[in-house]
Amino acid sequence: MTDIADDKKALICLIANLLRDCNHVAVGAASPIPGAAALLAKAAWGTPRFVNILGSVANNFFTGGGGELFDCAAQGRIDAFFLGGGQIDGQANINLMGRGDYPSSNPRWPGTFGSAYLYFLIPKVILFREEHSRRTLVEKVDFISAPGLSDNSTYRKGGPFGLLTSKAFFRFDKDKKRFRLESIHPTSSLEDILDNTGFSFDYSKEAPLTAPPDPALLELLNQEVREKVAEVYPNFAEAIFPMTSSAAHAK
Amino acid sequence: MPIGFEDGSIDEFAMAIPDGAKVAIPADYAGVSMAATRALIRRRVKNLHLVGVPTSGLQAELLIGAGCVKTFESSALTLGEYGPAPRFTKAVREGTIQLVDATCPAIHAGLQASQKGIPFMPLRGILGSDVLKNHPGWKVIQNPFANNKDPIVAIPAIQPDIALFHAPLADREGNVWIGRKRELVNMSHAAKTAFVTVDAISETSLFETEEKAAGVLPALYVGKICVAPNGSWPLPFWNGAEVDDAHMRRYMEMAKSDTGFQNYLDQFVMQESVPA
Repeated sequence: MTDIADDKKALICLIANLLRDCNHVAVGAASPIPGAAALLAKAAWGTPRFVNILGSVANNFFTGGGGELFDCAAQGRIDAFFLGGGQIDGQANINLMGRGDYPSSNPRWPGTFGSAYLYFLIPKVILFREEHSRRTLVEKVDFISAPGLSDNSTYRKGGPFGLLTSKAFFRFDKDKKRFRLESIHPTSSLEDILDNTGFSFDYSKEAPLTAPPDPALLELLNQEVREKVAEVYPNFAEAIFPMTSSAAHAK
Repeated sequence: MPIGFEDGSIDEFAMAIPDGAKVAIPADYAGVSMAATRALIRRRVKNLHLVGVPTSGLQAELLIGAGCVKTFESSALTLGEYGPAPRFTKAVREGTIQLVDATCPAIHAGLQASQKGIPFMPLRGILGSDVLKNHPGWKVIQNPFANNKDPIVAIPAIQPDIALFHAPLADREGNVWIGRKRELVNMSHAAKTAFVTVDAISETSLFETEEKAAGVLPALYVGKICVAPNGSWPLPFWNGAEVDDAHMRRYMEMAKSDTGFQNYLDQFVMQESVPA
């Protein structure tokens, strides 16, 4: 349990570092790890200055209705966003619709949400999918909810920055149209990643381990930011900041 | 006074939504009228065309499960952390509903076009997706102002017959307070009329102060109001209740099977044994 909590905290710290150069980050109410990361970055560096938790009442500052997010994105007012998917392929196409032949998908997933739009317009889209398996990371998605790449005549200001899973972090190379393995989390190995990734990707045999979280950043998360995380993501906070550690901190 | 709502029951309210109606419904965070949803199922409404603005959840799930829906047009149907929506998943697998899968800003844009009385709204993004390939209404056009090739997607206007939602307050003139949930205004402007359930009636005009007036949907757009306290139950409400977590878990358990879902309808919809 503690190990899982530590792994999740490491992901939070890793993502926080990726958001340091952003002014405005929007995250879904159902995305606790990216959400916690954005809150942590804001607490640590004051950037992103704006963290908007979509679907939340207290932590969403939009006053223009559900469409404001998309207008913001289209104007370049959102710097980073997170997308996931039941399937992600080697060209960074994502599938949020379902497995099998559309429309009779089996299983059907919720649907595309705003991905078909936001993927084109937000500069730094981080693909985040904890499950790292051949089921989720596939050669070719069954349905393209949003394409990773577009031809030159297509208006496109944004796209995939990288892919973060429970095993590794990949950067997307737009010129090569491929992912490149950036770092391997300490719980995994290159062999493990090759075994569990359904698409081919570039890598060096000396690919580094993902750096452990900076102790000061981790401390900030465990102390100051945990309250904020608990306010926005109560169930998640309960899982990663167990009561025992809370009692220990209280002392 | 344009609207008589004082003595109308929720079942009479639902009777005014005809079979085959195109009904716009908000996402869970904007105020869903679950009270009206249950009344619609009780009246055995048929062939609804639901427009989830821009997504839907338990509301569409129940209506689909109860056989009330012909077409589901939205960007997603999600029950969030409770997991895959069992009745929706089954309906898709068996092909018993017609799907018009969109993406969130396209739903907003279609409604905006209707608000403005124009045929379509152009929208960036979407190109190269299978959502575009499968959508029956969208067209790719050339940006008429560009010298170079610049394809852009034209989203046709979406005009619902009725916008249906739950709000905190209405006054005696039929004005409705929606706070900053502007999508409810967009939905209502786009639709032919709005049907609204409210927690309570304000005895003073909602236009009395500018602070309140800033969040008012004027009675001009409102066709029917029904008082239904806690009308979003078991869903959360931005101006009140948290989600009824125990009930949602119970739903997920019961809706796994056809019989279980029927039992759910019998117990919580047909008899409306709603805990306070």
